[in-house]
Amino acid sequence: MATRLQFENNCEVGVFSKLTNKYCLVAIGGSESFYSVFESELAGVIPVVKTSIAGTRIVGRMCAGNKNGLLLPHTTTDQELQHIRNCLPDEVVVQRVEERLSALGNCVACNDHVALTHPDLDRETEELIADVLGVEVFRQTIAGNILVGSYCVFSNRGGLVHPHTSIEDLDELSTLLQVPLVAGTVNRGSEVIAGGMTVNDWTAFCGSDTTATELSVIESVFKLREAQPTAIVDEMRRSLIDTYV
Amino acid sequence: MALNPSDQASTGMFFPTQTPGTVLCCTCGVVMAPNPANMCVKCLRSRVDITEGLPRQAVVNFCPDCSSYLQPPNKWLRFNLDSQELLHFLVKRLHTRFSRLVTLTHAEFMFTEPHSKRIKIRLRVRREVMNGAILEQPHIVEFVVHDKLCLSCSRLQANPDQWVAAVQLRQHVPHRRTFLFLEQLILRHGAATRAVRIADAPHGLDFFFASRSHAIRFVDFVNSVAPVQYRTDKQLVSHDPKSNVYNYKHTFSVEISPICREDLICLPPKVAHSLGNLGPLVICTKVSNSIVLMDPFTLRVAYLNATQYWSDPFRPLLSSRQLVEYSILDIEPESDIVTVGGSRYQLAYVQVARMSDFSNVFTVKTHLGHLLNVGDNALGYDLFGANPNDMEMDKYKGLVLPDCVLMKKSYEEARARRSGKQRNFKLKRLDTEVEPTGGRKGEDDKRNDEYQKFIEDLEENPELRFNISLYKNDNYEPSEMGSSMADAEEIPSVPVEELVADLEGLDIGDGQDQE
Repeated sequence: MATRLQFENNCEVGVFSKLTNKYCLVAIGGSESFYSVFESELAGVIPVVKTSIAGTRIVGRMCAGNKNGLLLPHTTTDQELQHIRNCLPDEVVVQRVEERLSALGNCVACNDHVALTHPDLDRETEELIADVLGVEVFRQTIAGNILVGSYCVFSNRGGLVHPHTSIEDLDELSTLLQVPLVAGTVNRGSEVIAGGMTVNDWTAFCGSDTTATELSVIESVFKLREAQPTAIVDEMRRSLIDTYV
Repeated sequence: MALNPSDQASTGMFFPTQTPGTVLCCTCGVVMAPNPANMCVKCLRSRVDITEGLPRQAVVNFCPDCSSYLQPPNKWLRFNLDSQELLHFLVKRLHTRFSRLVTLTHAEFMFTEPHSKRIKIRLRVRREVMNGAILEQPHIVEFVVHDKLCLSCSRLQANPDQWVAAVQLRQHVPHRRTFLFLEQLILRHGAATRAVRIADAPHGLDFFFASRSHAIRFVDFVNSVAPVQYRTDKQLVSHDPKSNVYNYKHTFSVEISPICREDLICLPPKVAHSLGNLGPLVICTKVSNSIVLMDPFTLRVAYLNATQYWSDPFRPLLSSRQLVEYSILDIEPESDIVTVGGSRYQLAYVQVARMSDFSNVFTVKTHLGHLLNVGDNALGYDLFGANPNDMEMDKYKGLVLPDCVLMKKSYEEARARRSGKQRNFKLKRLDTEVEPTGGRKGEDDKRNDEYQKFIEDLEENPELRFNISLYKNDNYEPSEMGSSMADAEEIPSVPVEELVADLEGLDIGDGQDQE
């Protein structure tokens, strides 16, 4: 289900939060309302962690992660790193990355299997991403923009990209990512998709300016209508039991 | 992203074609091509009205008399309804008020009834909204037309005969040939189109104008076609002491020199010396803005322009009224045909006698050897019988006058045979106010005679016709000419190629049947 909310009267929710299948990071706001919305949706299923990265509140844009790991920029302080490591489940590998492009959330867009990165990312960072996050890495641009992490958002079910993406590009990306993609907007026509929303396999959070049309597009492409958190978790449990046997 | 094929070939790289995708409008969900606002045009337009703050009504002043529109503060411009110039004018009137808000792409008229006093124009305006999306929208402006008499029309209404400048054209000679010729010249060049009124006056014409510059233009025109001198004066009519505005009536007194074509002149000694001792007896062959004098016995030509003439003016000895008819008895050419001053002449000795008095036979030298044959009639000045009373002639000691000076060939007999037949051309006349002749009954006959002589003059001299428009006479029947072909060769007439079709007689109106 998609939820509409605001962070301190600002609709760019994807800037101030990071949502994956295993955990959720939120920024520390003046009031608890932002955190409480996430809590009401996700309590009991996955941990919701209040943190800052490098002393800033733009946690969504500074880090990149999926269910396997989390990558933090080199500007993260030691206390923040420790706090995050403590709060996250043990399976998630938390790693600090020495990279010139420190806003990792703008440079890397990933789900649990594939990642798209900024074309100028270092070779070592790319290997680190492949290692820590357990994904296949592709260097790509979206509609001519190099900040792939800002202009597209995708989960394991579907993805939303910049509205000016051509049909050939859309087909190519869809083949790479192996998920259905749609070009659309968020927050009443804003093209910066990842800044306006954050999504995982069963839920999404969008800025409150998002119109009903945009919301319906998001719900249909990310297949959120029939998704229930328990269904995903049950699936995971079933696979786990398989291995035991 | 995609390069055009020429660039592709040069770099050797392959770029696939890019087809733009479609997104849903974020407000209404309709499928559309992406744009900077990512909203469909209808949603954008309903959200943002770019014509907000633009004027929808404006006022324009119109003078019904001269159908011109006011450009404030006090300039009146003439436009036809539904013309491009009117559109430009109206758009310019609005331009200042909305140029800082929007840009104008297109403008056109919308239909309004001609008598409704409303003019509607449809403009397309363009402005940038939101995140760089450019929106274009039509905008209708209605102009209310207020009637207001412009200053010149109101002055005209108050006093229709009001003139501001007058040109008094005068020539102190007993005949009016010059004015008949000038009238045709003026008609051809349209120099008197701005005249409010034209009136006949003794020895000349008066032209009245509504502004001084029109009068000056007319005076310049006359200056270029006749040797004139003029002076100008003004009279104060009214005076506004608060704004220091003075209204005057200007008058130009223009005097044309009394020397005309075919005049016989005895030059004063000073003038003769200054022209290189030109024989004191000369004839005037042509008058335009300079006078051409020719000595008929030596075929020497001299030119006098207006300033030269008026610094030392002289009057003619004999003029064309005093021409007498002679009969040629014998002719003996002396020299070859020469071209002097644009015309052909030939010196010859002739024996002539006056038609009225065949007893006296004179042997004289003449310049018309190329025209005359034995038995012809010629017109010339009779110096044998004349009694010249000229102060200048007395200054010459020992001057021998010839007995006669022949001027031109006479076609009177041939014309008499042709009398009653119409000519193949006609002339237009100026619309003058003729003063009532009262008791002078002979005046009308004299004027008719002069007019006939003028027309005959036109027929005989092609160079006179040069600057005049001759109109085809629709009533002329050339079939009658067939019966008297012999005559046609003798009488000079105007060739048909020189005639102009008279377009004013045609009734060109909007055809009812527009098939």
